[in-house]
Amino acid sequence: MDFGFTTAAYVVAAVLFILSLGGLSGQESAKRAVWYGIVGMGLAVLATLIGPGSGFWLLSLILIVGGGAIGYVLATKVQMTQMPELVAAMHSLVGLAAVFVGFIAHFELNRVMGMAADEMHDLGTFATLLAHKSPVEINILRVELFLGIFIGAVTFTGSVIAYGKLAGKVDSAAVKLPGGHMLNIGAAALTVLTLIWYFNTGGFFPLFLMTLAALFIGYHLIKGIGGADMPVVVSMLNSYSGWAAAAIGFSLGNDLLIVVGALVGSSGAILSYIMCKAMNRSFISVILGGFGGPQGEQMAVEGEQVAIDADGVASALNEADSVIIIPGYGMAVAQAQQGVAELVRKLRAQGKNVRFAIHPVAGRLPGHMNVLLAEAKVPYDIVMEMDEINDDFPNTDVAIVIGSNDIVNPAAQDDPNSPIAGMPVLECWKAKQVFVSKRGQGTGYSGIENPLFFKDNTRMFYGDAKASLDALLPKID
Amino acid sequence: MKIGAPNEVFPGEDRVAMTPASAKDLQKLGYECLIESGAGQSAGFSDATYTEAGVAVVKSAKDLWAAADIVAKVRPPSTDETKLMRADQTLISFFYPAQNKELMDAANAQGSTVIAMDMVPRISRAQKMDALSSMANIAGYRAVIEAGNNFGRFFTGQVTAAGKVPPAKVLVVGAGVAGLAAIGTATSLGAITYAFDVRPEVAEQVESMGAEFVFLDFEEEQTDGAATGGYAAVSSPEFAAAQLAKFREIAPDIDIVITTALIPGRDAPELWTKDMVDSMKPGSVIVDLAAERGGNCKLTVMDEKVVTDNGVTIIGYTDFPSRMAAQSSTLYATNIRHMMTDLTPEKDGVPNHNMEDDVIRGATATHKGEITFPPPPPKVAAIAAQPKKPAPKELTPEEKRAAETAAFKAQTKSQVTLIAVGAAVLLAIGLVAPASFMQHFIVFVLSVFIGFQVIWGVAHSLHTPLMAVTNAISSIIILGALTQIGSGSALVVILASLAVFMTGINIFGGFLVTRRMLAMFQKS
Repeated sequence: MDFGFTTAAYVVAAVLFILSLGGLSGQESAKRAVWYGIVGMGLAVLATLIGPGSGFWLLSLILIVGGGAIGYVLATKVQMTQMPELVAAMHSLVGLAAVFVGFIAHFELNRVMGMAADEMHDLGTFATLLAHKSPVEINILRVELFLGIFIGAVTFTGSVIAYGKLAGKVDSAAVKLPGGHMLNIGAAALTVLTLIWYFNTGGFFPLFLMTLAALFIGYHLIKGIGGADMPVVVSMLNSYSGWAAAAIGFSLGNDLLIVVGALVGSSGAILSYIMCKAMNRSFISVILGGFGGPQGEQMAVEGEQVAIDADGVASALNEADSVIIIPGYGMAVAQAQQGVAELVRKLRAQGKNVRFAIHPVAGRLPGHMNVLLAEAKVPYDIVMEMDEINDDFPNTDVAIVIGSNDIVNPAAQDDPNSPIAGMPVLECWKAKQVFVSKRGQGTGYSGIENPLFFKDNTRMFYGDAKASLDALLPKID
Repeated sequence: MKIGAPNEVFPGEDRVAMTPASAKDLQKLGYECLIESGAGQSAGFSDATYTEAGVAVVKSAKDLWAAADIVAKVRPPSTDETKLMRADQTLISFFYPAQNKELMDAANAQGSTVIAMDMVPRISRAQKMDALSSMANIAGYRAVIEAGNNFGRFFTGQVTAAGKVPPAKVLVVGAGVAGLAAIGTATSLGAITYAFDVRPEVAEQVESMGAEFVFLDFEEEQTDGAATGGYAAVSSPEFAAAQLAKFREIAPDIDIVITTALIPGRDAPELWTKDMVDSMKPGSVIVDLAAERGGNCKLTVMDEKVVTDNGVTIIGYTDFPSRMAAQSSTLYATNIRHMMTDLTPEKDGVPNHNMEDDVIRGATATHKGEITFPPPPPKVAAIAAQPKKPAPKELTPEEKRAAETAAFKAQTKSQVTLIAVGAAVLLAIGLVAPASFMQHFIVFVLSVFIGFQVIWGVAHSLHTPLMAVTNAISSIIILGALTQIGSGSALVVILASLAVFMTGINIFGGFLVTRRMLAMFQKS
């Protein structure tokens, strides 16, 4: 097989990948789109395997199948509520792979450059490619390599920490080592120094030093970001894994890697942008971690939280005509989505208008709530985005808040000194009645008192979301 | 003590200040109730029903005024009635102390206490005795009924076998209590109802009643009604001009106009000018609820119905509540009863005229030989002040187009700038970088561009599958490992193998989990 075939296969694969991402614009076309992605990937791997001069293809195949088996088990066993940690874990693999590939490129580069011209005829594919490079190209190659390894390493440790936080294995609070951002700046400065060093010498040591610095940056950066900002973090890591692939693609001279890396990179960047906009915060402030200090005295919340029992909620629901449910991370934690879906089925069977309002940053992953509700077989056409449904609250009889807090906090609109001032929120308090299912009287992730809980039309339905729903369900007739 | 209600002496006044029902409640407060014979007749309450309710029927007005310690009336007392008043007697009625200074002096000269029902402050606690509102509510309802009586068509649009009937268009000017009642009545009769008020904050109330608020294209900050106790204030000449222009624009389309615009203590503002009347269709009806104070339309004749040369009927009645005497008496008597409840906290039949109480102080015009009008402002602010917000305004088509053009221009500008900067950067890189690099770089830039175009179209609800699928395809880095695996030393083979293995996990895991998720999404 000659080189032309591989290139042709790469073009087809690239088109398939683009179609695969584009197809995600609708639920139905998405089911076809994922097949485009699978075929594209298969084609790309196959073309590379049988392409010019790649050795050890049997070993490669065995490794792929072995990895695939593990991937299969993981993907079939994972609970939908664990989706965020799975995605984070998989990002770390891509990051680490990028680091390895970058290292190999470095070793090969040095090996090839150490050879005399007449020894160069019997080399592997990649080495042959390197052998033909001019000095300028070699310099560019070093920068590309360096970038690829750097981004890959940041992605790796960042994703591992994100995984740990999402899986509850690492404390999800924003923690910084003493020194705070200075440590990150120091590590970044070290990276720049090693780049200059590596650029001039081409030795392995600066590369290794930089990798350590990058690993530290990834660890410390994500460690300093709190749990509720995870949607931004995960999509940012997604973006990084793409850019790492693109950088490696440059150094290997592989256009498909560049194309796919760029697609993934821009996809993650857009997702991060959407998430930040939904929180009315700048990307920088999310990445640097924590909320800015309050700019002034926050409004004191007056009144008291009035509790209600399952009977009260049930009778209100039985009388209501229109209901909007606002799920949040608390629903995922309590695994209450099945109960919620059952409640919706019962209410809809009575001819009531039941819908869901999804805030863009509800949960720990972009679109997290949609996936959970879909798993519980809630039809996606009653699951609305914030902008679609926010105007309907005044005409709604009952709004039920299940495990969300900051995304329904009226202080974002009323109190200019609130840390979340200006963040778009679901205006559930405009409904005639609001029930809040909540474990206790604590504040949300941001530590802000929520005036919603003190409003006259709000009743607190205390308890674990799943247990509360189980108590509620038999009472709905 | 004794509370009595005399027959209203004002010509055509059918209301009465005490009904059998309110009398029963007053008796629970410890009062004895008196009624002049025939006082309730025209409101539909016979002497017999009063007797049944335990009210003593008194033969003449003179006897009643002599016997009662507290006299409840509807209209302000006439000169003759003032002479019947005596010291230590309390009169509760509409009194309009600002306009009836002589009457107030006369009552004060007699030494009696006057509680003016029209002076009850507009605070939440006093709503139950706010007789102006309850009368205005009736007036608003009745205004629509009178208009319908004089309007030759249906209110509601109908498609009948005999042809199509367009719905009537009703404009209500002034969305106070009367205005809102008129809006409610007109919409429930099926008319297309528009409403206007100088206080933009009432737009929400108007819309909640089912009418469309007529916004002015006007920049000035409009008065916050909260500052004036919930009533409208005088507006600036510019605002008034903008308002008239808007009315002039819509006048030819309107079938029924109901004006209710009154500013406390002033003549009614002229809002519906002669040329607007002239531009209306024949058969249209104007009901001027401000007729008593000169009318919002200058063609209005007080207490009369006139028809203009172009066939527009203008109704200037001022006795709308009296035209529904049974209803208005019931509500008014209840207002009076609530006033008595506040005056009698001990329920012992002895009024305790507490001048520290905002409501009682506000309503009292004369007390213990002193004129206590005007009252100081109430201690409790009437209505929470509105947060300042820009008044929403209706954009004209030209403005809309202008705004769209401007937005389009701004967008073009930012796009062109981006493209220009991007092209310049590309060129700059191309100048220094070798051709082989540029080839890849162009592929990279184009891919980023495609990525941005494609990803914006992804549905919000599919963001998690998007992440899973991009995660799977980012394993494309396996290609790098595959090309390197056969090249070079053992260390290279080990590293490459590890990379292939890990990306293998990712490819299968990513795609499978995406499929699992997508399969779950289903339509209802």
